[in-house]
Amino acid sequence: MAYTAQTGPTPDSPKTNLADASAMPLIGPTETFESVTQNIGGIVLTQKPPRSWFFGAGVAFILLMVLLCAISWLLYRGVGIWGINIPVAWGFAIVNFVWWIGIGHAGTFISAILLLVHQQWRTSINRLTEAMTLFAVACAGLFPLLHLGRPLVFYWLFPYPDTMGLWPQFRSPLVWDVFAVSTYFTVSFLFWYAGLIPDLASLRDRAPTRRKKVIYGILALGWRGSAAHWQNHQSAYLLLAGLAAPLVLSVHSVVSFDFAVAIVPGWHSTIFPPYFVAGAIYSGFAMVLNIVIPIRKIYGLENYITARHLNNMAVIMLATGMMVTYGYVMEAFMAWYSGDVFEQSMMANRAFGPYGWIFWALILLNVILPQALWFKRIRTTPATLFFVALAINIGMWVERFVIVITSLQHDFTPSAWRLYRPTFWDWATLAGSIGLFLTLLFLFLRVLPMISIFEMRKLITEKPGGRA
Amino acid sequence: MAQIFSRRSDSILRASLLLLLVVTLAGAFVLHTMYWSPYATRETVPLDQPVPFSHKHHVYGLGIDCRFCHTSVEKSAFAGVPTTETCMTCHSQIWKDAPILAPVRQSLATGVPLRWNRVYDTPDFVFFNHGIHVSKGIGCATCHGQLDQMPLTWKSHNLYMKWCLECHRAPEKFIRPRSEIFNLNWQAEDQLVLGKKLVAEYEVHTNQLTDCSMCHR
Amino acid sequence: MIWRSLDELAAVPAFQSARHNEFPPGATEPPVNRRDFLKLMAASMALASLPACTRQPIEKIVPYVKQPEELVPGNPLFYATAMTLGGFASGLMIESHEGHPTKIEGNPGHPSSLGATNVLQQAALLDLYDPDRSQTVLNHGQPSTWESFATAFQAQMQSVQANHGRGVHILTETISSPTLRSQLQTLLGKYPEARWHQYEPVNRDNAFAGARLAFGEAVEMHCHFDRAKVILSLDSDFLYGHPDNLRHALAFADGRRAQSGRADMNRLYVVESSASVTGSNADHRLPLNATGIARFAYELATRLGLMAAGSPSELTPETRKWIYALADDLLQNEGTSLVIAGENQPPDVHVLAHNINDFLGNIGHTVTFTEPVINPASQIESLRDLIAALHAGSVETLLILGGNPTFTAPADFDFPAGLLKAKSCIHLSTEVNETSALCEWHIPQNHFLESWSDGRAFDGTVSIVQPLILPLYAGKSAHEVLDVVTLGRSDYDIVHDFWSQKMAGLDFEKNWRQALHDGYFANTRLPEKRVSLRTFQITPVAQKTGSLEITFSPDPNIHDGRFANNAWLQELPQPVTKLTWDNAALLSPGFAAKEGLANGDIVDLELNGRRLSLPVWITPGQPDDSIALHFGGGRSHVGRVGKNAGFNTYTLRTSDSLYIGRDVRMQKTGGHYPLVTTQTQHAIDSEERQIFREGTFADFKADPEFAKKSSETPIETLFKPEEFKTDGYRWGMAIDLTACIGCNACILACQSENNIPVVGKDQVSKGRIMHWIRVDTYFRGTPENPDMNHQPVPCMQCENAPCELVCPVGATVHDKEGLNLQVYNRCVGTRYCSNNCPYKVRRFNFFQYADYHDTTLKPLWNPNVTVRSRGVMEKCTYCIQRISMARIGSEEQGHKIQDGQLKTACQQVCPARAIVFGDIGDPKSAVSKLKANNLNFSMLGELNTRPRTTYLAKLRNPNPQLTT
Repeated sequence: MAYTAQTGPTPDSPKTNLADASAMPLIGPTETFESVTQNIGGIVLTQKPPRSWFFGAGVAFILLMVLLCAISWLLYRGVGIWGINIPVAWGFAIVNFVWWIGIGHAGTFISAILLLVHQQWRTSINRLTEAMTLFAVACAGLFPLLHLGRPLVFYWLFPYPDTMGLWPQFRSPLVWDVFAVSTYFTVSFLFWYAGLIPDLASLRDRAPTRRKKVIYGILALGWRGSAAHWQNHQSAYLLLAGLAAPLVLSVHSVVSFDFAVAIVPGWHSTIFPPYFVAGAIYSGFAMVLNIVIPIRKIYGLENYITARHLNNMAVIMLATGMMVTYGYVMEAFMAWYSGDVFEQSMMANRAFGPYGWIFWALILLNVILPQALWFKRIRTTPATLFFVALAINIGMWVERFVIVITSLQHDFTPSAWRLYRPTFWDWATLAGSIGLFLTLLFLFLRVLPMISIFEMRKLITEKPGGRA
Repeated sequence: MAQIFSRRSDSILRASLLLLLVVTLAGAFVLHTMYWSPYATRETVPLDQPVPFSHKHHVYGLGIDCRFCHTSVEKSAFAGVPTTETCMTCHSQIWKDAPILAPVRQSLATGVPLRWNRVYDTPDFVFFNHGIHVSKGIGCATCHGQLDQMPLTWKSHNLYMKWCLECHRAPEKFIRPRSEIFNLNWQAEDQLVLGKKLVAEYEVHTNQLTDCSMCHR
Repeated sequence: MIWRSLDELAAVPAFQSARHNEFPPGATEPPVNRRDFLKLMAASMALASLPACTRQPIEKIVPYVKQPEELVPGNPLFYATAMTLGGFASGLMIESHEGHPTKIEGNPGHPSSLGATNVLQQAALLDLYDPDRSQTVLNHGQPSTWESFATAFQAQMQSVQANHGRGVHILTETISSPTLRSQLQTLLGKYPEARWHQYEPVNRDNAFAGARLAFGEAVEMHCHFDRAKVILSLDSDFLYGHPDNLRHALAFADGRRAQSGRADMNRLYVVESSASVTGSNADHRLPLNATGIARFAYELATRLGLMAAGSPSELTPETRKWIYALADDLLQNEGTSLVIAGENQPPDVHVLAHNINDFLGNIGHTVTFTEPVINPASQIESLRDLIAALHAGSVETLLILGGNPTFTAPADFDFPAGLLKAKSCIHLSTEVNETSALCEWHIPQNHFLESWSDGRAFDGTVSIVQPLILPLYAGKSAHEVLDVVTLGRSDYDIVHDFWSQKMAGLDFEKNWRQALHDGYFANTRLPEKRVSLRTFQITPVAQKTGSLEITFSPDPNIHDGRFANNAWLQELPQPVTKLTWDNAALLSPGFAAKEGLANGDIVDLELNGRRLSLPVWITPGQPDDSIALHFGGGRSHVGRVGKNAGFNTYTLRTSDSLYIGRDVRMQKTGGHYPLVTTQTQHAIDSEERQIFREGTFADFKADPEFAKKSSETPIETLFKPEEFKTDGYRWGMAIDLTACIGCNACILACQSENNIPVVGKDQVSKGRIMHWIRVDTYFRGTPENPDMNHQPVPCMQCENAPCELVCPVGATVHDKEGLNLQVYNRCVGTRYCSNNCPYKVRRFNFFQYADYHDTTLKPLWNPNVTVRSRGVMEKCTYCIQRISMARIGSEEQGHKIQDGQLKTACQQVCPARAIVFGDIGDPKSAVSKLKANNLNFSMLGELNTRPRTTYLAKLRNPNPQLTT
């Protein structure tokens, strides 16, 4: 360590930015057991939420209402209210589904995989990202149901002993989706909850009112912090992490099969699984940054979510971003190299056809802008990083639009080619799903500790100059 | 300050978790039973009719052949329900003034058809054909049960697709000689042996019987 | 299913009460009204208590009180009848379920049907059940009764008895009905001063005038394309617009279809002023404006040496080359060539055509003549007399039997004003239209499926029109209206009495029954007539360079406007343009570019001081200096379907320019109107895509396997190679692209057979049309004059069906006979199957398209086909209901289905017999033979979908002189 807690500069001072990122501390030097519990627990227990919370939550709630309207109208009139047609039978619903699932990747990646590879810096952000994962997957799960022509019989996709003596058609990727997504959601939830238990307990113990004590108490499932508890907790946590890690890779691979298994030019490609997983983590981290950066500012958590966290996440984005770029290049290359007239025509149409400008927007947002992340100043300056992350989030949505629409709109039979125009209700549903996501997020910030208290305490014990 | 959670809370917690599981399973079970119950299927539930017609009396009592009333059962999808005239062929002589037959007489007088309540009702997307079943050796009783014991007619099976498939997946269990189609009390001494023989003899295309297009168009 | 039908039968009286239905068959987005809302609530309630889903409401069984003879409940009956259009009867065979007609087929025995129908005859069924039909007698627009009309009418005729009926005028459409004509004779005998006028906007005035000039008498020309090797059409749409189009189509196709080892193939030259169905089948097509065509005929005659060259010809070198090559070709085929002029061409052109035919010795071989079937008097003159009388105010009583002159009469006649001058006016019509609105009396006319009548086929064969159902409304037939003043009989008595007198003696009742069974009286066609030419003198109209022309022709779908309220026809993509729900000003790509016009731009047309603004549609193959207008659209007094559909071009059509308008002025208004088409035209790269294949007859003879060359269908499969070799039937289809003329009949036949809903203009514009079979038109060559290729595309019934493995619930699966099934009740609507279908033949119910509310339309449904609900995918399954009925029938009788005994709807209706369906497992079946043909290829075969529907490559037969 280049400095001691007493003399060292504060984490965010420009001087450190020039220093080697790995040298940056994971936690402010002034933090102690008490301060950690006070600051983090306090947000939930004692502090009055900042004005910005009310504002954000208000906006989110309005969007949520928009979603409810959109869904009601959809159930009343049918999927015809969207812009879909023949040949473009999949539209925003599927685009949004893939986008949200992708966003739902960072959480489990950070918590599980980084835990298994002993990356301590995950500590202060894992709770938030896991929560984000759950909410994103919840949003994602909505769309496969809504996009059905007959949503009321969605349960036919599940294997159960029905009166017809029939089972689902297990060769269909959509059935795989059902299992992949529900498994992912369940495991992520358990993992997240397991991590919460000790903190719920400390909230219970510090809760000012009896009501809060009771609620947190029940949620804490009788955690008493005994050595036995800690030991079980540790092993359970590791086991769940082990379970969750492969899911991170499997879920989006399965989602990518929805396309890769089909024969549609632009979909039928073996590169999809890795390319989708990379893209998922890419957008996942972008979303984490878009959430974390404002929050640490508003709640003054710079001591817990430090420049080093931002930096590391930015580096991961850069890496996955390059993989995604490779995917784009390969798609174009294979289209040309295969010598397949349909692929070539589709690729040409994708880049220079009616939706060409969207394709180039995608290149700009997902390939060109993120190159800025090569510069550490950008990686460690919250403002710039926030902007890049935002670009990536939009870019990844556009990517899914390009994959789904431009492929369907221009496939084998020229006489059937048709354009797709999203309607008001398409946009309303997208905005609404964002509303659902944010609403859940704001509630989470209000009632649960957004940073893992007990894991932060662990950090302190390991902090130079901290109590051993 | 006083303890909120007593020592027993842990056990209560565990118990309630267990309860949750039980309730879920029980719910599923209840739902399943309701689906298969006569309430939902109307199985074995006699239906009221404009005229309390008794198959028991006409078939068991008088021994009238099914085809006397259900004329098109051998040559059409629809078995045929007797016209008012058919009823009156006899009832212009017998029970001429029976009050319960008033609706029939009135129908003939006014020319307004009787409106019977349908007992065996397949959904509109199911295209059942009586003719082919009869000609392939499926007896009335196989689906309609012991009609000769029914004062008021009821449904003898739930008519769920699963039920149809029982036979379509293994016709040999139900097929009978063409001569016995209309015999409600026929029993094979060894159904399986006979069944296999008849399936071959009547050229029942067993490989096709479970094609969706057999019933859905 | 059957009890539904019985129920509906019992509910027949309910038809009358079903006057107000929520929305027309065209409308797909029902207003959110109270009932719908309750329906929704009910649905959600049902969901809330899941078991309730399985608990169906109790249905009723409604048996007959007295069962009609021959009727077996559940089995359809078929009756022969006929439909007359423009006076000419075409024989039909109607399928009837428990007393209501559900499908119209052609009558195989009838000379002008030969088992096929065209789109108008197919769609006539929908008109029968049209809820917007006229339903009551109207007096000054107020509901009245038939009786009060009868008394009033009789009184009127009494009053004119004294002066022998002076002032009584009867206006009919073109009539060939012997009964009706004799009724008119009787009436005119009784009232010698009464006048009979005959007018219909689509008539044969020019043809008859031409015949008079050429032969001195009005004779009808009959073409025998089967005997012709070289055919020249001078603006004649003989495959689609001609009264005898069905017979023409078959004969023409027979002269071309790709039988292996045929020695020769006919060659079609078409010179036309707007892209027609016939033109799209030409081996050589020359777009000229109408005047240019007259000029062309003249030059051709000169070149052939019929007459000395007159004024120095002003032909473009290309046209000259064309004429020389054509002339040589004709001269090489004396006696086996055929020249036909179009109804919209002036008499001179017909005269030239007759003379060329005579000169080439075709008369008596490829063309024959008979007495006309209809009254050949000029209809426009007949109407002119009536107008004169009307405007002179000398009309006491005007009796209009059918038709809609207010809408269809030439604009300069100002018919409405004249009509108001008539003391009293009676209008008989199936709908309350523009004319009814101006008449004292309106009588609802029976649909031809509700009434007795008769008519003569184009060749004169007497056809009987017999009803399939009692009149749904208080309708009457023309016979009954005329009979009011004489005997007041029912239409059955009128027709029956007439024929019993006419055929008295020779065992009439037996003949009558036979005729009812067959649909026509055998051996009643007119005898061939010898004709002799007179000398003629023709000076062609000088063609002003740079002058812009308009051509008027009937709308290909709604004819002269009478079918404007027929949703099937309105939504049917028009040939070549693929426009639906509207008509437009068709102009050439070059002209549009010059004027800076795009599709849908509104222009102002001015012709003889009359103006009309309507949108333009850029049509490949349209001559540069000519705009094509279809008349029939833009009805004002019409049912809900026809409202705001199209533009009324009659307003430009005057008696001196009925078909051709010269010196037209056009201005761009800057306005725009959304025109809707089902196919955007692409210059195709289908060579690589292997979607459509064609070649010349010469290529074919040189290398019979040329079509196979580009094919690379993989045969090897590691996965269960034998899985498709099932025993039993293996259904397949072959479509001969050479025979297909692109007439769209298959689309409507399929729509009618399979309960396919109409979705309306808005949904079509969103790309949600529901037709299970579509006719793709691919253009090749220059936009000015491209080759047009029609390709009917039903479901390919792939053996390796991509749609099947992606369906999560197994709603689309194979059956053992190789059909790719769609199980509507299992479908949850993921639409994944459509994405994965390379042919895009699947259709999705984005909304509740099928109208469950309208009780008048329900009896239209085929009881053997599920009516699909919202959110369900649907598609062609080779008419699985017909296959099932045939299989069940044959198994009950214990034999196999005979080849040709089972036909799909599209196959049965096809006039050119381009579609062949059958068991490909049976090497002797017709379809197997076609698939064995060298021309057979699979669309997109290289995807290894192994389609059961395959195509026979299109053969053209161009003239070497013109290709080199």
